[in-house]
Amino acid sequence: MSKNTPVAIEYQNVHKRFGGANCNAVDGVDLSINEGEFITILGSSGSGKTTLLKMTNRLLDPDSGNIVLFGENIRDVSPVQVRRRIGYVIQQVGLMPHMTVAQNIAIVPKLLRWDKKRIDSRVNELTALVGLEPSEFLIRYPAQLSGGQQQRIGLARALAVDPKIMLLDEPFGAIDAINRLNLQDELKRIHGGLKKTFLFVTHDINEALKLGTRVIVMNEGKVCQFDTPRNIVKNPADGFVESLIHSCREQEKFWEGLI
Amino acid sequence: MQEIWANIIRYFDNNMDAYFAMLRQHIGISLRVLIISTIIGLSTGILCVIFKKQQKWIITLFQTLRIIPSLAILVLSIRFLGIGMGPAIAALTFLAIPPILMNTVAGLEKVSLFVLETAKGMGMTPLQVWLKVRLPLAFPMILAGIKTATVEIVASATIAALIGAGGLGQIIFQGLSTRQTELLLIGGISVAIMSLGAVLPLNLLDRFLQRYRNI
Ligand SMILES: Nc1ncnc2c1ncn2[C@@H]1O[C@H](COP(=O)(O)OP(=O)(O)OP(=O)(O)O)[C@@H](O)[C@H]1O
Ligand SMILES: [Mg+2]
Repeated sequence: MSKNTPVAIEYQNVHKRFGGANCNAVDGVDLSINEGEFITILGSSGSGKTTLLKMTNRLLDPDSGNIVLFGENIRDVSPVQVRRRIGYVIQQVGLMPHMTVAQNIAIVPKLLRWDKKRIDSRVNELTALVGLEPSEFLIRYPAQLSGGQQQRIGLARALAVDPKIMLLDEPFGAIDAINRLNLQDELKRIHGGLKKTFLFVTHDINEALKLGTRVIVMNEGKVCQFDTPRNIVKNPADGFVESLIHSCREQEKFWEGLI
Repeated sequence: MQEIWANIIRYFDNNMDAYFAMLRQHIGISLRVLIISTIIGLSTGILCVIFKKQQKWIITLFQTLRIIPSLAILVLSIRFLGIGMGPAIAALTFLAIPPILMNTVAGLEKVSLFVLETAKGMGMTPLQVWLKVRLPLAFPMILAGIKTATVEIVASATIAALIGAGGLGQIIFQGLSTRQTELLLIGGISVAIMSLGAVLPLNLLDRFLQRYRNI
């Protein structure tokens, strides 16, 4: 990454504690992400990954610290404005059950009052982009899709207005291994072609190391390490990262044992 | 049996105009009550969901009101409101609000949090989340409440004749006092058909609105 690439996202000593909890869900996260980076986030369950993403589009507000997007402190921007600029795919997909696939993808373009022709062509384009046949899928309702197809549509919907920043919270959870590999490649292509900044949460270490230009490893609300995949594997910053890499290696050994 | 049939035909021969006048009255009362109770039930339901803290006692209040038999409410309303169309509408509205209110609350609370969160996450304003997502998704259930209320209103509007509000109840009460079975039949069957007639379009609407589920 060259020195004069603009900073896309900056977390400045961000803290968040939920009411009733006795420790911080996000605890002093302080890092900056350049435009065009594909950041993957790894971490155990409950380590604050989702909370960090939700603070980025103001679904949650930090208790202290600042989040700055392209030089603009998001505290000073209305939540609705922040969210319309950011694509967001959630863990549970969250397609609108009463809307067709086409209507789901068209939600944000409609909020931004695009004209109908532009919306229609964009919807077609995106459906094809995530590997589904528009003529077959656009008129379906979410209940008529498999879990994996729903996730693809969720991804297409988040990409609709070509946001500069995409937050992806385990978007491939329900997709089988083969399609997952395909989608990973697709996602990499989408990212590379569009100068977008991706924040991608996953539990799959291989996925994180494969997709990430840099990887954030989180544990108990803190960032253990923020580095390139190569450095994470070569020089784990602490015991947690080490055990993560170790668990992955163990799996590899298990595979070799089978062959 | 044949005699009753002959009496029924004779009734219609002689009283066609009166019958339709009562029918119109009955429909008029029912419609007015349905509209008023839908407005009150729906908006109270929405407020209950917005102001969660007040929800419990409001619902308890209406649930208690629901237990009181409709006849008792009508009789009580004579005491407090007098007789005529107004009191009848007020009393029937009390009966019709609870099913609409309960179903509104239940329907709105049933909408999945993920769906609401993504709607918000995509940049919908709070009002847009309500109008485009939450209400449409709750609507089938609200409609079910309106259906229940409709049946209740049409049936209970019969008793409204007791407090001088007119309607088909008049035929029935006349039949009761003069022991004319045919009048009971005419009144009863008319009310039953009216209930069905009211519910049928609501069912069609329901089928249409829920097409995203029954596929
Ligand atoms: N709305 C909430 N209210 C209270 N506590 C919450 C809330 N949301 C999250 N938490 C808590 O904050 C911590 C971090 O949660 P978060 O959802 O960010 O974890 P995560 O890293 O995304 O986990 P997972 O991998 O399981 O999705 C957890 O301990 C969780 O229980
Ligand atoms: Mg999570």
